[in-house]
Amino acid sequence: MATQERMFGASIKRREDPRLITGKGNYVDDVKLPGTTYAAFIRSPHAHARIVSIDSGAALKLPGVLAVYTGKEMADSGVKPIPVGWLLPNIKIPAHMPLAVDRARYMGECVAVVIAESPYLAKDAAELVQVEYDVLPAAVEGIDAIKPGAAKVHDEIADNVCFRWTLGDKAAADAAFKGAAKVVKQHFVNHRLIPNAIETRSMLASANPGTGEVTLWLNSQNPHVHRLLMAAFILGMPEHKLRVISPDVGGGFGSKIFIYPEECILTWATRKLLRPIKWSAERREAFMTDAHGRDHVTDAEMALDASGRITGLRVSTVANLGAYVSLFGPAVPTYLYGTMVSGCYQIPAIHVDVAGVLTNTTPVDAYRGAGRPEACYLIERLADLAAHAVGQDRLEFRRKNFIPKESFPYQTPVAVMYDSGNYPGALDKALKILDLPRFQVEQEEARKAGRLLGIGYSTYVEACGLAPSQVAGALGAQAGLYESATVRVHPTAKVTVFTGSHSHGQGHETTFAQIAADELQMPMEDIEIVHGDTGIVPFGMGSYGSRSGPVGGSAIFMSAQKIKEKAKKIAAHLLEANEADVTFEGGKFAVKGSPDRFKTFGDVALMAYLAHNLPKGLEPGLEALSFFDPGNFVFPFGTHIAVVEILRETGEIKLVRYIAVDDLGRVINPMIVDGMVHGGIAQGVSQALWEAASYDESGQLLTGSMMNYALPHAHDMISLELDRTETPSPVNPLGVKGAGETGTIASTPAVANAVMDALAPLGIKHLDMPFSPGRVWEAMRAAGRTQGGI
Amino acid sequence: MYPAQFEYHSPKTLAEALALLEQSGEDGKAIAGSQSLVPMMKLRLVTPQHVIDLRKLPGFSGIRDTGGELQIGAMTTHREVENSALAREKLPILSEAAGNIGDRQVRNMGTIGGSLAHADPSADWPAVTLALDASVHIVGKKGERSVKIEDFIVGPLTTNLEPGELIFQVRVPLAAARTGSAYEKCPHPASRFAVVGVAAVLTLDGAGKVQSARVAVTGLGPKAARAQKLEAALIGKVPDAASLQAAAAFASDGIEVRADLTGSADYKAHLTMTYAMRALTKAAARAN
Repeated sequence: MATQERMFGASIKRREDPRLITGKGNYVDDVKLPGTTYAAFIRSPHAHARIVSIDSGAALKLPGVLAVYTGKEMADSGVKPIPVGWLLPNIKIPAHMPLAVDRARYMGECVAVVIAESPYLAKDAAELVQVEYDVLPAAVEGIDAIKPGAAKVHDEIADNVCFRWTLGDKAAADAAFKGAAKVVKQHFVNHRLIPNAIETRSMLASANPGTGEVTLWLNSQNPHVHRLLMAAFILGMPEHKLRVISPDVGGGFGSKIFIYPEECILTWATRKLLRPIKWSAERREAFMTDAHGRDHVTDAEMALDASGRITGLRVSTVANLGAYVSLFGPAVPTYLYGTMVSGCYQIPAIHVDVAGVLTNTTPVDAYRGAGRPEACYLIERLADLAAHAVGQDRLEFRRKNFIPKESFPYQTPVAVMYDSGNYPGALDKALKILDLPRFQVEQEEARKAGRLLGIGYSTYVEACGLAPSQVAGALGAQAGLYESATVRVHPTAKVTVFTGSHSHGQGHETTFAQIAADELQMPMEDIEIVHGDTGIVPFGMGSYGSRSGPVGGSAIFMSAQKIKEKAKKIAAHLLEANEADVTFEGGKFAVKGSPDRFKTFGDVALMAYLAHNLPKGLEPGLEALSFFDPGNFVFPFGTHIAVVEILRETGEIKLVRYIAVDDLGRVINPMIVDGMVHGGIAQGVSQALWEAASYDESGQLLTGSMMNYALPHAHDMISLELDRTETPSPVNPLGVKGAGETGTIASTPAVANAVMDALAPLGIKHLDMPFSPGRVWEAMRAAGRTQGGI
Repeated sequence: MYPAQFEYHSPKTLAEALALLEQSGEDGKAIAGSQSLVPMMKLRLVTPQHVIDLRKLPGFSGIRDTGGELQIGAMTTHREVENSALAREKLPILSEAAGNIGDRQVRNMGTIGGSLAHADPSADWPAVTLALDASVHIVGKKGERSVKIEDFIVGPLTTNLEPGELIFQVRVPLAAARTGSAYEKCPHPASRFAVVGVAAVLTLDGAGKVQSARVAVTGLGPKAARAQKLEAALIGKVPDAASLQAAAAFASDGIEVRADLTGSADYKAHLTMTYAMRALTKAAARAN
């Protein structure tokens, strides 16, 4: 075999795409089983109501209806509440039963389920189930729910506070504020978002009456986690009798991590009915019930010395958790948020306190970025406000406060240690792309002409590659956060890689094959990447928190090393050479100095299975399993720059330029990473400009469809200017950092800062997102400068 | 999304279609381009037992110039209007408006007749046809009749179409000399329906003064409405920036503007004025 080009770092087109874009993918809803029945859920139309009675008589009379189940029946059969995966000190966790018992606590909560022979029939029958509700007052906004007299979401939690959590040294922070030359304060609302993956949640549960095994096809980002929690905690069935298969999945963004009621109900019901049961969420169900994201209200203040150095930071946040504590609900506004408020700045003293509050709204959990977008938005907005307050240029202020390149690894006052970084490097590169001097002239001219042209910087850092298991465990995680990989070399030297990571759009079939191809020195075509099946993948923690590359990819790398070690032993034996004298290059094991004495990888693989001539004591076969548990998070960083123009006449905001220089460590596939960055930026820009979930006072979701929840359209985005710097991570053998979330994390504050810069000539210092034209126009009007058409 | 059970009919003649409509009565619903009815059926907001597809009816599609008016078949898609050479030549406002409806898939399927029959208060066609003084030509078992748009659309999702009747054509009078028209809308960021849309048709006299003005606004009230005070303010004026601006100030006069998630009532009134100014400016330039 000829020496091949190194695959790592090559922009190889995604191998999975021809299949996925020509309709040959295999999504859950594509899976067909004979005798399948269909579920339809009866959902609470109220945000908060007592369930007085459920009459399913008429529904059950409909021919073809197999069953109608209620929460009481499910609870009586011994089903346990859905567990929480991350605990905090003194956290109060109300029981979350898959089907509501007695009370519904958010609009869309499952109250009963119909199982019928067809999806149409199931919906017909669902309409016949009569539920009598006694509507109760609702607590909707987090900051209102903690006020005295607010409606109680759960009777046992009198103040609706699920947890109060603090991080950092309060005395040190208070002292910094006492001695501050200047203090900058701001109230921030980081509003709620609704994920909206293209493929809605979808599932098919099928019990085998012979073996008692249940197979659950579920579009899960972490099928092993689903299996473990559903079997051991909720349904009380042996883990080995539940197989979860997550095939092709059309996007997750976090929303497919969590254990939802529907999969518990279907898995429970198929064991009773012994018929396969299928359900795919309608889009309106997705809007109401997929875990929402963000929803923070924060008061933050920054202390500064006379020279403009940051001396302290105090952050107080109310995080709306929704009606129940979702799987990682407690981790997102605490350990994924409070730990990152230092941003890329040296801040000697920080104190963060967070109240996690229960309300009569859809549960909130990790959504692309999960906590870090909130932290990044906070610190990057504060950086602009602080620079303004001390009369310094925003870039000068940032450079002055950056953690210097030589200070890594850098221990922040909020628990985390940044692995590596070069913040000015990324900023310099971004400014070069921008051509700052030229932009400054343009902006000056625009302002002279009365045009509102603004520029925003986001010099961000984020934490991903979850996570060191021991650290996570000490902080409350109820699971380890390593990843597994099995590399199986077949007798013909073809390779199957079983990864515990899960691809729902990330392109693992390509990038993971690139890693394995380099290590095993074989063509990618000879390597198959298998994921998403608890029946064949040993174990896995799944994909979220930008962990697939740094953690899952590293596990593959480790297994490939084990394969090479064993193969080398076999080759040395066959070549009658010392193992130390055998090299592996170009797919050949050769004796040093005698390149014509060699065995190909294929020769070795075949012998490993023939086992006719193996070193003494060596087992046949060529397969390796590894678990990679990283020593730390990885910390991607970079600089994003947004240029916007606001139209005075209407308050509309035009995105003019967008520059992103990211440092993601080493990059496996630049084209795939560009795609992830593009998508991430679109999502983050969208939070700033368009997307917002909105409830009315009674807890009715007002933005429950594509007609009123403004997802970005393709034509809303502009061509993005991307570049990178490369500071390898020392945390994993690949030197990679996560790339899945940086775009979302960095872009929201870049746009927000640009909008505020555009409005600066009007004396406007801060507006909350989203910057809808109506909101911007009102602000301009309040500033008394709205006489349009300059 | 699973609609309630219904029977699908695909009549090939008008007589057959009318007979089906009559037989099914209240339980029947004609379907045109499916862009409004099917989403409502999927949500079970409407549950017709008989759905009568009009796509195969002869003569219901296409645009004709009869000399005095353009006759647009009810089943003509937005996309066909957008691309029609005839419309572009005679009444470019039609193509402009059509080209800004929804997205391309919607325009490929949705029809002008379907949109008017649905009478969404934020739709584009009601304002455009109202400004153009168009009529809908209706066929039914009792015969044919023509109704002016202002009388046809009664309120939100309500028209004066009787049971058993179908829209056959939209008839738009061709403009007098020195007439210019334009439609400007602020699309909703999610739905692309009009937050506000203003259609303006201006005719100038020999002296270059506004002889007649028809301006219609959609998106604000229960149905598209003429901005009569605005129109009156223009009559006899040379349509320069100052007079147009003075008139545009009346754009939402007489309409109860309500706040919603897109902005305050004041903002929406301001937006209406802004889009009225844009439409008037374009229409005046075209008339000149």
